Amino acid sequence: MTAHRVWRLGAEVDTDALAPGSWMQHGVEVIAQHCLESLRPDFAPGVRPGDVVVAGRDFGIGSSREQAAAALRHLGVAAVIAPSFAGLFFRNAFNLGLLLLTCPGCDAIQEGERIAFDARAGTVTRADGQVLKADPIPGFLLAMVEAGGLLPQLQSRFQPRNPT
Amino acid sequence: MQRPTSGGAPMSLAQKLLARAAGREAVRVGEVVTCRVDLAMFHDSSGPRRLKPMLEQLGATIWDKDKVVLVMDHYVPERNEDSRRIVRIAREWAREQQLPHVYDSVGICHVVVPEHGHIRPGLFCVGGDSHSPTGGAFGAYMFGIGSTEMLGVVTTGEIWVQVPRTILMRWDGRLARGVTAKDMMLAMIGRFGMNGGAYQAVEFTGEAVRALPMQERMTLANMSAELGAQVGLVAPDEVTREWLRAHGAPDVETQPWHSDPGSAAQEHAFDAAALAPQVAAPFSPANAGDATRFADTAIQAAYIGACTGAKLEDLRFAAEVLRGRRVAPGVRLLVAPASHADRDTAAAEGTLQVLQDAGAQLLPSACGICAGYGDSLAADETVISSSARNFKGRMGPPSTQVYLASPYTVAASAVTGRITDPREVLA
Repeated sequence: MTAHRVWRLGAEVDTDALAPGSWMQHGVEVIAQHCLESLRPDFAPGVRPGDVVVAGRDFGIGSSREQAAAALRHLGVAAVIAPSFAGLFFRNAFNLGLLLLTCPGCDAIQEGERIAFDARAGTVTRADGQVLKADPIPGFLLAMVEAGGLLPQLQSRFQPRNPT
Repeated sequence: MQRPTSGGAPMSLAQKLLARAAGREAVRVGEVVTCRVDLAMFHDSSGPRRLKPMLEQLGATIWDKDKVVLVMDHYVPERNEDSRRIVRIAREWAREQQLPHVYDSVGICHVVVPEHGHIRPGLFCVGGDSHSPTGGAFGAYMFGIGSTEMLGVVTTGEIWVQVPRTILMRWDGRLARGVTAKDMMLAMIGRFGMNGGAYQAVEFTGEAVRALPMQERMTLANMSAELGAQVGLVAPDEVTREWLRAHGAPDVETQPWHSDPGSAAQEHAFDAAALAPQVAAPFSPANAGDATRFADTAIQAAYIGACTGAKLEDLRFAAEVLRGRRVAPGVRLLVAPASHADRDTAAAEGTLQVLQDAGAQLLPSACGICAGYGDSLAADETVISSSARNFKGRMGPPSTQVYLASPYTVAASAVTGRITDPREVLA
């Protein structure tokens, strides 16, 4: 299993912090550069593909703007792990191909720790080998996130590959 | 309209609405069902600029244009090149697609769409905005979704829902004068937190809820978003029916749309008469308490705006306080009526004049400062606002301190220059 570097955030990280309103007129590549700048100005410049975000409860409260999830995906975040998520953000994340793991025990995980996860098994493995349980994800949502989100799934529905 | 029959176990209002949308006799809490969408609403920010390129990429078309409503409310009035570009995309796409229901620069979607009779008891609706639960005030199942999921809806006419549990918020008794639906919501959010609704169905019941006029019920349903519920429902009744009739909607059946006695629900009881005006301190709607707790806080601006806090009823509440009074020196009172229809009624009945005589500055009927997409409040300013969210950096720079309250409390605070329980001014 790959080890993912952890960015640790607190509780109630809202969508306006993930995708600030003053940048919403732009595309996700610009919004992503301002992702979390009011909470962690070092995040957008420092995050690397494969890193994971481990946050406190109720991650993603607020707006329906899916740019909140898209910005994290654009920055290469492999998963967000939190004890709970806002429902609307939860739907958006899977629709955008961003994996979320609901893990009640994740508060113990530390900034900079290297962890592994297995979405199908519902496990998060800490640097010291401790295994935390994550809530099971319905099969159709796992399939969606593995396909890269809803858009690729709709593409195969509307543009089935025809032999020519 | 097909009525769900509860020959089996008693069902909640949410279950009945989902059963109808799923074409089923009954649905069980926890199961995932596919629902047919009666109405898909989106705006200039979440809609055309995102949907158009994705639809083209898919080579797909809109499943039923008559079931789509587009509202330009986030980037209007246009103030720079970016907003002109975004609104132009929306207008051109609406023309290209020959969309039959477009409301351009006439107010905020959550107010404009119901006032044109689009949202009625029994319907299943989605909106490309988090305050879409507002439609639940009419006994419709309505919730917010992101643009990619909206693409799924406009191409297929369907969406999945996990049938929610019901959380009953029962408000017994009657609200005191100067206390509103906004205060009820801040009290509930303060008690249960911003995810206390756990993406389940909240249903507001009890004597105090039944006594509320339609737009106050809309405020309850609207802020179900801040309670973290998927939907916030009020069982439709004569008040609903009368309001819809007055707004030109076809006559509706309200009788089937209520929770069966004995249907499973987690119930919380509140005493409406004991509720004091509430204020939520920065930077969360859940930081709520009695207005008197914040009485020493000086303010420099007062904002009556947004779908949450600038409907006709809200403007009337503010006028009740401001009649014959003036805004305190050094305080700006900004009023952005939620829709042109509400603004025009307020003008015709004299409500708007009262606000202007008190020194209010009138702003366009749009999402404006609340969305933080263009206009914003000043740095280091302390503001009291009738809108729904006071997250850090949402309505201005991170140093802007926003307190949330009812229009009564916002108006009273504008008069005194500090956060004020409106009953001190009304007395």
